Amino acid sequence: MMAGLSVLGVEEPFYDPLYHSEVGLAEVLITLLKVGVAFAVLLVAVMLMIWFERKLISDMQNRIGPNLAGPFGIFQTLADGIKLFFKEDLIPEQSDRLVFKLAPYLSLVPAFLVFAVVPVGGDFSGGDGRISLFGHETFLQVSDPPVGILLVLAMSSVAVYGVMLAGWSSGSKYPLLASVRASAQMVSYEAALGLSLAAVLLKSGSLSTHEIVAEQSVWNWNLWVTWVVPMVIFLIAATAELNRPPFDLVEAEQELVGGFHTEYSSIRFALFYLAEFMNTITMSAIVVTLFLGGPNGPDFTTVGWLSGLLWFFIKLMLFLFAFVWLRATLPRFRYDQLMDLGWKLLIPLSLGWLLVLASYDVAGDRGWNRGAAVIVSLAIMAALAGLLSLALRTARQRRELDPHGGFA
Amino acid sequence: MGYLQGFAVTLRKLLKGTETGRVVTTQYPDEKRAKPERFHGRHVLNRYEDGMEKCIGCELCAGVCPARCIYVRGADNPPDDPVSPGERFGYVYEINYLRCIHCDLCVEACPTEAITESKLFEFSFTNRSDAIYTKDELVVGDDGRPQQLPWEHWEPGDDEHTSAWVRATSPSGQAAYEGQVAWSGELGYGIRSPERGQSEDASADSADEEDADEHDTGDHGGHH
Repeated sequence: MMAGLSVLGVEEPFYDPLYHSEVGLAEVLITLLKVGVAFAVLLVAVMLMIWFERKLISDMQNRIGPNLAGPFGIFQTLADGIKLFFKEDLIPEQSDRLVFKLAPYLSLVPAFLVFAVVPVGGDFSGGDGRISLFGHETFLQVSDPPVGILLVLAMSSVAVYGVMLAGWSSGSKYPLLASVRASAQMVSYEAALGLSLAAVLLKSGSLSTHEIVAEQSVWNWNLWVTWVVPMVIFLIAATAELNRPPFDLVEAEQELVGGFHTEYSSIRFALFYLAEFMNTITMSAIVVTLFLGGPNGPDFTTVGWLSGLLWFFIKLMLFLFAFVWLRATLPRFRYDQLMDLGWKLLIPLSLGWLLVLASYDVAGDRGWNRGAAVIVSLAIMAALAGLLSLALRTARQRRELDPHGGFA
Repeated sequence: MGYLQGFAVTLRKLLKGTETGRVVTTQYPDEKRAKPERFHGRHVLNRYEDGMEKCIGCELCAGVCPARCIYVRGADNPPDDPVSPGERFGYVYEINYLRCIHCDLCVEACPTEAITESKLFEFSFTNRSDAIYTKDELVVGDDGRPQQLPWEHWEPGDDEHTSAWVRATSPSGQAAYEGQVAWSGELGYGIRSPERGQSEDASADSADEEDADEHDTGDHGGHH
């Protein structure tokens, strides 16, 4: 598992080498610098992402999009932000003021924190992804906690609180209903998200994002190591988790005034907006980290660290483009279709796939025929899928026979 | 592949050189599209060729207005100096453009073709009293053209075909009425000639008058 390490002859585990020796002022300053750079880069990236999305979706809809603020309208987001900042900040009389003010930050802060564990660069082909900053060896990510991926899941759960508390504290019934709907959606898809992720963890054997990326060096990407399906599930679940089209019924702008953030205005609304797009970027970065090998790729530059950054950026743009493309193409799901897809298809499928992958590994360890093990597991999966669909059909028939029936 | 075809459609839109990727946006304040002939803009109050006002103060426009934006008061014509050829005239005539929806129902209702709509829609008044157009502002000038108020931006052609001509001819109506003139004359223009009809060839531009004569002496003469 730690092949890269034994080559280098390093005994310690994969933690950030910055903290291997004694932590002094220099280490603290470097960490602060990384935090500051990540913060600034993420904010600018969000600004550009909103612009990119608006431009690209206009191109896909025979429109022009923002074109007045700056060259190609690139400062449109900045202009919108400034406008929102100077608008009246309204807090409804019936609201729970403290929670109302807290909720936008519960949405925004997790979006920032998730990005902290994403390795954005570093040379993983020859080394273990270290770079040298002011004479100190470190990783090109803000932090590499041993529980990296769990942090990602935890933060995406905390973001649900932002949505839920925003609706609840508004003191208005429609935002409350919208937030119930939104949190139901996010909680449902978190299950599929986590289960598809389990396939990656099974293969890489670590929760640390840095180690997961190092495992995929250079072409050993989890995309094919886990046989594609987990990534497809993860992408669908991530789209739903991000409340992006076609799963954007949380704030379906053609149908609702605003969903859970109806009562928010001014900068507080801007924070939700910011968090939403920041989550899109961070979630894409997570997909790249988990399935596409992060900064891994053949070195095509002479500078070692630049190649990793460029690969990461290219892969990130691929997913950002895909998210916008999805939005431009697909019609919105109905609520029951959303729930059906999540609970009746994605969760069973990701569980079943985990079973197939595990049986493949176990067969390898025990010296059994791997192909046979996979075929048997697929057969079991098919049988279970048949049983599940039978159960669903029976349930539907019962519902139709007794449409008003309760649980009695 | 049915599910994936949509993705190809949106992707093809990115090809800007082709017909499918053509940008349809008009950069509005910088470039303006030609307006259709029957465009509904701000109203004008028309006058007859002799300068008399067409409005007779019947308040049918105010009655039919769904937005309740028209206020009319009629009064008896002064015998020595009549304003309109009829018994009464529009003494007060006000339209509130903060409420008007330009549905053209007042134009349909008007029995004397007094109120019609121009093609002007770019008028940005900056206070509420400017938004209420009075009769002095609505009535056409002595040259038969609508008056231009300081906050109005008239494009060339906005004041053409503001009269009942627009409603009275219809290329898609019955061929029997083609070339018939059923509208009154107006100040500065006289009786406008009819629009070209639907049974005509596009090449025969000058056949309007002949057609009108034929119909007058033909089977359908009885309609008048």
